[in-house]
Amino acid sequence: MNNKDLMLQHPLAKYLRQERMPHIWCEGCGNGILLNSFLEALDELQLDLDNIVVISGIGCIGRAAGYVNVDSFHTTHGRAIPFATGVKLANPQLKVVVISGDGDLFAIGGNHFIHAARRNVDIKVICANNFNYGMTGGQYGPTTPLEAWTTTTPYGNIEHPFNLVHLAAASGAVYAARWTTLQVRRLKASIKKALQKEGFSLIEVISPCPEIYDRYNKLGTAVEVMKWFKLVSEVHKAYDPAKAVITKNRIIIGEFVDIEKPSYGRLLREMTAQVKEDLEGENTK
Amino acid sequence: MTPQKLWRKPLDAEKIGLPKAEIHVITDLCKGCDFCIEFCPKKVLEKSNKLNKRGAYPPKVVDEDNCALCSFCTAICPEFAVFTIEKERREGSESGEKQ
Ligand SMILES: Cc1ncc(C[n+]2csc(CCOP(=O)(O)OP(=O)(O)O)c2C)c(N)n1
Ligand code: SF4
Ligand SMILES: [Mg+2]
Repeated sequence: MNNKDLMLQHPLAKYLRQERMPHIWCEGCGNGILLNSFLEALDELQLDLDNIVVISGIGCIGRAAGYVNVDSFHTTHGRAIPFATGVKLANPQLKVVVISGDGDLFAIGGNHFIHAARRNVDIKVICANNFNYGMTGGQYGPTTPLEAWTTTTPYGNIEHPFNLVHLAAASGAVYAARWTTLQVRRLKASIKKALQKEGFSLIEVISPCPEIYDRYNKLGTAVEVMKWFKLVSEVHKAYDPAKAVITKNRIIIGEFVDIEKPSYGRLLREMTAQVKEDLEGENTK
Repeated sequence: MTPQKLWRKPLDAEKIGLPKAEIHVITDLCKGCDFCIEFCPKKVLEKSNKLNKRGAYPPKVVDEDNCALCSFCTAICPEFAVFTIEKERREGSESGEKQ
């Protein structure tokens, strides 16, 4: 069978905009694995695709919005979360997923992240954390580890990185998990869980960036980086997110937060209905 | 190698056959990251020496019969370039060995 026909037989074919394949991501980049896990989760849940919206910001991973065969939008840098908030509040039946990068979500978009989490807006944020700005050539960002080499930290990074799951937990997220691109089964399970839960969720995906970050930091080939993930990943259940370190020798992964809390949208609708009822009552008096 | 002698024939071998995999590699989508080759628990894939359109060496299937249909290759492939499908089940066999 030729390549084109085979592509259509791939179990995830209908979830991809085939005319855009192959995607732009480098050989061994984790972004493709993240997208694969997300699409497998959609497939297993058999959700109505008309009710799924994917929103990205700018960055290599931001291209995901253009590859998924559902309604999607590629926003300006840092603005995926406010855009997603608008979509969700305007049409509450939609499942709204933000797929974006560590730089997009936590540098320029950092304030949106903490406030959407605090308000418990019912959106699912999947962050490809490759520890740098891949798309623009490897500048340091808010998740770059201390001492790491990037084009803007030529003597090593002297800033302390955010711990994303801790930040999500402290800001009010109802679900926060971290996996690497090696734990594809668990990542998929997490995405499925978040999609079925009400409230703000963060799934952090530690992801290889073989062409830029990993190469500058001499981490080896993509296979070697994946083997490193395998070697140092420690799976924990309900671990204290404050202690969920990412170092050369330890990457703490698992689900850190899984709680229930009414979402912003639900409270807003309830209040609007109540106020309307009260006003109508007054008018008929 | 597991000594063959340690294997006893499963009691229901007559009734239940093993699933048989068909592995497809979409060669021209592959960028040559080797994740599928490296992380297949059954070592069913190997790097081929045939350059594809993109200038990469895609994997080739060397031991399809040994595939356990875990589909880890399908899930780990960043390019959507490999997938497995389950073929009709194999006949249960007297010896319990691979056919
Ligand atoms: C307003 C604005 N500022 C800066 C940029 C340049 N820029 C493009 S992508 C990017 C960072 C992307 O990093 P990340 O979100 O981690 O994505 P990655 O490329 O690593 O997947 C920056 C700073 C931009 N496009 N728009
Ligand atoms: S630069 Fe890094 S993040 Fe961007 S596509 Fe390449 S490997 Fe992926
Ligand atoms: Mg990044």
